[in-house]
Amino acid sequence: MIEVQHLTKRYGQHVALDAVSFSVRHGEVVGFLGPNGAGKSTTMRILTTFMAATSGMARIGGDCVFENPMRVRKRLGYMPENNPLPPDLRVGDYLKFRAQLKRLANGESARRIAEVMEQCGVADVAGRFIGQLSRGYRQRVGMADALLAKPELIVLDEPTAGLDPNQVRSVRKLIRELAGSHTMLISSHILSEIEMTCDRIVILHKGRLLASGALDELMAKATPAVVAEVRAPLDDAKEWAAQLALGQAECAAQQDGYVRCRFVNASNTGARKKIFASANERGWPLRELTRQAPSLEDLFVNLTHGKEGGE
Amino acid sequence: MNVFRALVRRELSTFFQGPTGFIIIAAVLFLIGLGFVVVLTGLNGHATPMPVTQVFYSTYFFWVILLLIAPVITMRSFAMEHASGTYESLMTAPVGDWQVVLSKFAGALVFYAILWMPLLACSVVVRFYVGESAVLGPGPMFTSALGILLVGCLYMSMGCFASALTRNQAVAAVSSFAMGAALFFTGFFSYFAGDRSDWLSQLARHVSLANHMESFSRGVIDLGAVIFFLSLTALFLYLTHKVVESRRWK
Repeated sequence: MIEVQHLTKRYGQHVALDAVSFSVRHGEVVGFLGPNGAGKSTTMRILTTFMAATSGMARIGGDCVFENPMRVRKRLGYMPENNPLPPDLRVGDYLKFRAQLKRLANGESARRIAEVMEQCGVADVAGRFIGQLSRGYRQRVGMADALLAKPELIVLDEPTAGLDPNQVRSVRKLIRELAGSHTMLISSHILSEIEMTCDRIVILHKGRLLASGALDELMAKATPAVVAEVRAPLDDAKEWAAQLALGQAECAAQQDGYVRCRFVNASNTGARKKIFASANERGWPLRELTRQAPSLEDLFVNLTHGKEGGE
Repeated sequence: MNVFRALVRRELSTFFQGPTGFIIIAAVLFLIGLGFVVVLTGLNGHATPMPVTQVFYSTYFFWVILLLIAPVITMRSFAMEHASGTYESLMTAPVGDWQVVLSKFAGALVFYAILWMPLLACSVVVRFYVGESAVLGPGPMFTSALGILLVGCLYMSMGCFASALTRNQAVAAVSSFAMGAALFFTGFFSYFAGDRSDWLSQLARHVSLANHMESFSRGVIDLGAVIFFLSLTALFLYLTHKVVESRRWK
């Protein structure tokens, strides 16, 4: 469905996107992951034909986004970053306007608008001005617009940004409902978001592709983290963690005098043995020593580590 | 065509969904009324060999309205969409660049035409009291309207161009006012040029908007003027299209 090869975008000297290649099969839900400024929105803008890349190639359903923008736009439902909507229109009128732009036939359009309003839960605010809606409703209006023309590909740029936990949950639910029947590209800088909704992830960092693949495959590459809680002064514990040389460690003082150290990049049993032995040596009480299943966060730290990461 | 109509309707709705459009209409109504009163009291019952339409242009009310209102009408067209980000969802819908440019232009032009409707009322008043059709014949009325429309095409396209260049409405308004005023005042050189026939004087006469409008107000359709307005309109629309297209340049 999506095929991207060596996509590069330069703004003057600044390289926003550096030879990124990936592909997405029909029906897949792909998460675009990366810190702010990683090039997620730039990639999406190029894929949605809003702007052109400096070099490289991108095809959607076989159509080149540079040469056949109209054909690409017809199979596309796109919600840009920050979900911009005209505040002076009513929800129903806005969707009607969008339906006309997307060339829905008149008879079909009214039915389809009612359908997407129901699906996205905005039917009860159809008569209200968009400018008066809460952020959660606005986000769902944006999604309704993206779904309107039954596009083959849905591209959502940060669909959950700025929403409260309840709204995030409802957007996530909507994404999962759509997942079966659409190819989707969703960007986020929130790892758990992607973990919960996507089959595959593409990780970008500073315009480069760090990794791409099925979620489980990538997770298999991530080494599990080890957590240890020792009773010691925080500074000593930090020094100790650094001396252990088990990769990046995060230490945080607990309220009861213990320090919780998390060794993000630690390998399995050897690490735990080492930690146990050295805590013993120093005479520090050890009350927890656990292996944590790797999270996407760990994977991300692994991948960006040493590449001046640290966002 | 359906898409184009939807775009033009959306353009017009930006004026009438809020108070903006009505405020502009009220301001223009006031200025037209003022100009009308000034013209009538100036005549003060005396006979004049000039058609009334021509007298109206010579009071400068027309030009003040045109120069001030054109930037206000067009400043939002692209700049507002740029600033709010709706430009991105517009340009990723299956609509062509030309459709967007022409619909913005057409929307502005229709609103501009609506603004001049009160002039019709003025002409009805004159006719009612004078009772002579010769004073305000259909000929000069028609050509004056054509002139107003043509100069409107030029100023609306200029305004759209200025608006496409920026995301700031104030910048759009000021730059389109600057362009409009510069074009208008360049025409003043034609007074100094007099009857001289060097190329500079000829050029000054050719770009003089006041000269062009004068012939329209006398009931004359000057083909040169028509071509002047239409070609400049086409030029600015072309430039606007280039600006819109430029986001997809590599």
